[in-house]
Amino acid sequence: MKIGNNSLKFNGVYIKDSSTAVGPLESAGPLKDYFDYRFPDLYCNADSWEKAEINLVKTCIDDLIKKTNLSDTEIDFIVGGDLNNQDAVTNYAVRDYNIPLLGVYSACATSAEAMIVASSLVDSANAKNIIVTSSSHNATAERQYRNPTEYGGARPDSATFTVTGAGTCLITNQKSDIKIESATIGRVLDAKQKDANDMGSAMAPAASQTIKVHLEDLGRSAEYYDLILTGDLSSVGKPILIDILKEQEIDIEHNHNDCGLLIYDRKKQNVFAGGSGAGCSSAVTFGYIMSMLRENKLKKVLLVATGALMNPIMIFQKESIPAIAHAVSLEKI
Amino acid sequence: MNYEEIIKKHQLKPKYFANGLKSFVCGGMVAIVGQLLLELYIKLGIGEDEAGSLMITTVILVASLLTAFGVYDKLGQFAKAGLAVPVTGFANSMTASALEYKKEGMLLGIANNLFKLAGAVIVYGVVSAYILGIIRYLFMGG
Repeated sequence: MKIGNNSLKFNGVYIKDSSTAVGPLESAGPLKDYFDYRFPDLYCNADSWEKAEINLVKTCIDDLIKKTNLSDTEIDFIVGGDLNNQDAVTNYAVRDYNIPLLGVYSACATSAEAMIVASSLVDSANAKNIIVTSSSHNATAERQYRNPTEYGGARPDSATFTVTGAGTCLITNQKSDIKIESATIGRVLDAKQKDANDMGSAMAPAASQTIKVHLEDLGRSAEYYDLILTGDLSSVGKPILIDILKEQEIDIEHNHNDCGLLIYDRKKQNVFAGGSGAGCSSAVTFGYIMSMLRENKLKKVLLVATGALMNPIMIFQKESIPAIAHAVSLEKI
Repeated sequence: MNYEEIIKKHQLKPKYFANGLKSFVCGGMVAIVGQLLLELYIKLGIGEDEAGSLMITTVILVASLLTAFGVYDKLGQFAKAGLAVPVTGFANSMTASALEYKKEGMLLGIANNLFKLAGAVIVYGVVSAYILGIIRYLFMGG
């Protein structure tokens, strides 16, 4: 049901289970124990970067199907996307399953967009079980958005490091201990940032807008949530977000964190301003956050997945980088 | 809402001086290695012109090998422009492209993308040489 300007309130939408798979650097990071599969190298048992990312997604989906004990016919749809052109990885990853696909794209906010689409379908009784997936791979993102992986040009400290990882979950109408309670669909916001090596600055305003709209639509204050978790604002975007919201009298200083800052140890790992990518928010949410909710260490979490809608062609045409943020509220029952 | 003001307040400023110093020292070291190689080749009895070509080829080979072993990008991150401006940067950009597009095949992958980064250097190198050549011809008669 629509609530307020841009939000949806769900009734009876739950996460049954989840699965995550990550690459080598994430497997060495502080959240390593929360991921289901850890690949020791970037190739993930494949012979190209794209096939490696496909393997990450398939590993998660296979594991999720096994965990939830559902057959292909019991799963209504797969909703998901990735950062590759034409959503290539998701399309190829699901070709071996006998399940219909809805491909979605919101850059690194794809994870939350897929959850919102799936939750709406379940909420409206158009589906009972939906697999949600999103992924990214450091090398596929590098070659598509930036330079060849071995190129030696120096990158500035504001750059982010694309996470190699995939996250899936099963959204269902059957009651479980984790509820998808509400969501807010983000508006595209262009803060006139042009630096493709500084996505945090481009995305923080969009995140602030979505958080503000979400709280207004649902009539809540920021303290309602134990954790407001942005996707990949990095060390540059985090203080910008906090400051923008402070100016609008919303204080999230004590309950805000960022998936990109959680997944790596920036002191020991050379990841510039932090992690990014559609796999960053999904691996952290479906791995770490799910565990925290299950263990009652968190009760109410607002995931605000952030996406810099960066297109290399538009950047070459001197355009700025629009951004989007979608919010999903998760509650432990 | 004035986002730009808040963004500017938190944006990281490039460390121009430190980066410049690193570039200067590292770029200088590449030049010293080149000079030492040149003198070594001359000492070995190779003519000055041939020794120059041989020196450049050696530096390109080393840069390409370092790229292939996955070391060059880490060195480049430290040395900034110091490794990008010398011929090593050019070699790296071509080797990195060749490696990156190997999977798409010899023709459509490697051959099509080899000059993806280096192409601009070649195009403007040839164009500026052409223009300067004309100017030289007009004013100095060749």
